[in-house]
Amino acid sequence: MRGTLSDRMGAALLMAPLLLFLILAYAWPFLGVVKWSFTLPTPGLGQYHALLTDELVQSVFIRTLRIAAIVTVVSVTAAYAITVVWVRGSPVQRVLAEFCILVPFWISVLTRAFGWVALLSNRGLINTWLQSIGFISEPLTLVRNEFGVIVGMSHFLIPFAVFPLASAMRSLDERVLLAARGLGSSRMRTFWTVFVPMTRSGIIGSALITFVFSLGFFVTPAILGGGRSVMIAELIYLRIFQSPDWGLGAAISVVLVVFVGALMALLFRYVKPKQLV
Amino acid sequence: MPTYRPGPVSLALAVLVALFLLMPLLAVIPVSLTPSRMLTMPTGELSLRHYRSLIEDPRWLDSILLSLRIGIVSSILSTALALTFSLGVWMFQPRFTAALVGFVLLPMVVPPVVSAVTLYFLLTSVSGLTSYFGYDTWLGVAMAHSVMTVPFATVLLLVSLSQLDRRIDLAARGLGASVWERATRVIMPNIKFGIVTAALLSFVLSWEEIGVTLFITSVNAITLPRLMWMGLRDNIDPAIAALSVILIIITVLVLIARSLITRRNASA
Repeated sequence: MRGTLSDRMGAALLMAPLLLFLILAYAWPFLGVVKWSFTLPTPGLGQYHALLTDELVQSVFIRTLRIAAIVTVVSVTAAYAITVVWVRGSPVQRVLAEFCILVPFWISVLTRAFGWVALLSNRGLINTWLQSIGFISEPLTLVRNEFGVIVGMSHFLIPFAVFPLASAMRSLDERVLLAARGLGSSRMRTFWTVFVPMTRSGIIGSALITFVFSLGFFVTPAILGGGRSVMIAELIYLRIFQSPDWGLGAAISVVLVVFVGALMALLFRYVKPKQLV
Repeated sequence: MPTYRPGPVSLALAVLVALFLLMPLLAVIPVSLTPSRMLTMPTGELSLRHYRSLIEDPRWLDSILLSLRIGIVSSILSTALALTFSLGVWMFQPRFTAALVGFVLLPMVVPPVVSAVTLYFLLTSVSGLTSYFGYDTWLGVAMAHSVMTVPFATVLLLVSLSQLDRRIDLAARGLGASVWERATRVIMPNIKFGIVTAALLSFVLSWEEIGVTLFITSVNAITLPRLMWMGLRDNIDPAIAALSVILIIITVLVLIARSLITRRNASA
């Protein structure tokens, strides 16, 4: 039944528009970007050589990896805490946890970054409040540095880190937990020796998703970093728009795609795609 | 039957995380009511001037209308493309389905900044051909947004199709329905909810898209997020706070409405 001629034509006709659209509007121009990385400003591997030797580019790569690692640990830990209540809490607790996860999830990255500016800037809520109670005399520098970037990115990524964890926590067998408690294990011990190990695949999936997302982050670091803690994505933007060096911008993009592709391949060796949603 | 519930320590930690998640959303409320022209806490009196400036300042209104137009066009385009593709996958189950779906999902997986450079390359390459389409035109932005949203629409539609009973399609086929009739009169009415959701999600994603838009617009196609971005990077305009409050309220209302609808459907 699968192979008749009219079936094959029907499938081709229905699938063609989207495939053609993405080939023309995505695959072809991506190859163009790859071409830029080898031809601008001069043909050759010059841009890739520059990537390996340019100190600025390297410091940005190292900063991006560092921030992504910290953000991953913060987001997965925080997501774990709220997911436990979302999946295992009482009905009221579940509704409240879901609200706290989904509302930020649906609000745009700009609004959320702006919220952090309103909280953390020199005349923002936190500094105003700390000064009014006399705790500090000079405002603390909470934005335009790595601290602000880490806070804002973690806030953005926690809901994404929640979903793989929730899927792992939903699928585990509750009777094992009850058995551990019934045999006299304390809450803490049950949690650390039974619950957490049983959600391992969720933790791995959640950490890899968070890490991959952090690598290509643009908006939050650009706003909360204030140009001082530039990450890879912002460096690409600066190379293309401020110091027109399209070749280097393209080469960094290619390296980023290859790196993320390798990480995704690693991800799917440990986790099935279905466990991520 | 006993159940395993989180203990007091878990609850306390979850409350901390919940506060962290809600804090920046609540913080914009007092800032939006400041009478000052700068981003400050209101001291004493409150004012709605920043809400007024959203309606009175033509820049805000223009960009809201532009974002609506781009959102609607790109949502129609991406839903139509995703729908035909998903119908093809579901009805014919062609070979290489996994590879084809994987290809379609690429814009969702590739770091957004790389997609942005890619679409920048595309739009600057075609800019010379016509003045209606290309870099910094609203049609160019709508098309670029479709590239970015079509994977999400496709995933939603494939999921709703996977829950559909194949036997109704087999029955239609056995009774002699053509491919067109099967698609439009048997399958599509049964995934209406999925189609509407896919269109809404595409619209919302386009409405708030900024990563790609920054790369492909400069002075003409100023969408709402683009205008917010400009206001955030230069001197921070408290009108952004007023706008944020409105957007947050709309989001909360939509989420509440959605959970009421799903609850009613579940009980019915």
